[in-house]
Amino acid sequence: MTARRQVLAAGLNSVLAATGVVSIGPAQATSDVLRAAVAAFARGAPVRDGRVLLDIAPLVENGNVVPVSVSVTSPMTAAEHVRRIALFTSRNPQPEVVVLYLGPRAGRAVVATRLRLATSQQVWAVAELSDGSFWQQGAEVIVTLAACVEG
Amino acid sequence: MPPVWKAEATVALSLIHAPARATRGEVFEIRASIAHAMESGQRSDSQGRRMARDIIRRVECRYAGELVFAADLFPAIAANPYLAFHTVAVVSGAISVRWSGDNGFEHGASVDIEVA
Repeated sequence: MTARRQVLAAGLNSVLAATGVVSIGPAQATSDVLRAAVAAFARGAPVRDGRVLLDIAPLVENGNVVPVSVSVTSPMTAAEHVRRIALFTSRNPQPEVVVLYLGPRAGRAVVATRLRLATSQQVWAVAELSDGSFWQQGAEVIVTLAACVEG
Repeated sequence: MPPVWKAEATVALSLIHAPARATRGEVFEIRASIAHAMESGQRSDSQGRRMARDIIRRVECRYAGELVFAADLFPAIAANPYLAFHTVAVVSGAISVRWSGDNGFEHGASVDIEVA
């Protein structure tokens, strides 16, 4: 059992290395698309790391249905709340996944949905707070059965 | 004669999960889902022809008539879209969820909540 896990871990690491963020070429081009989509959502405002917790499995078997949940640290009052939460992907045909509109009536900034992943890639959650600040968290997800092509 | 089922005749079916009762000020979860293929526009049929996009693009949740949650959906949302979110119990009334999208798709459903 331990040996099998070690083999799996080794395989995982090699995949991570192959799709690593240091790669250049096509991966760079797709991350430009991702960056542009995030910048459009943030209307050019700086997006900082933190306050957003993105919960997604690091290894998914079926890219057609990938559960994801996002929670944002916020008191969710009229004065201080989350306005929007968006999800983006780095290597799907289109970077946008969903834009969720919240407000003080939400009470709690915790949302969940299910997305499609065409291949192993990064998923990013970006939140806009009522003070106009933007916060993000990303995650690397490895997909063994891709979505879109086979459906 | 037994009825013949046609795929294109499938009736939209949606679900809303919310508590039937809540206390004022309590934060509760609403889970909404709907039967919809969310055809991404990225797939090809058996003849190699690109299948046109047919997705739900907008979801709105109203609580006692007031908009408390909304979402813009893109093709990367999985088939049979599912959304979970929260709201604060303020008044007894209807929680309604409206789904709309490509090809004039419109579907709405609602559940009642009693707030004490």
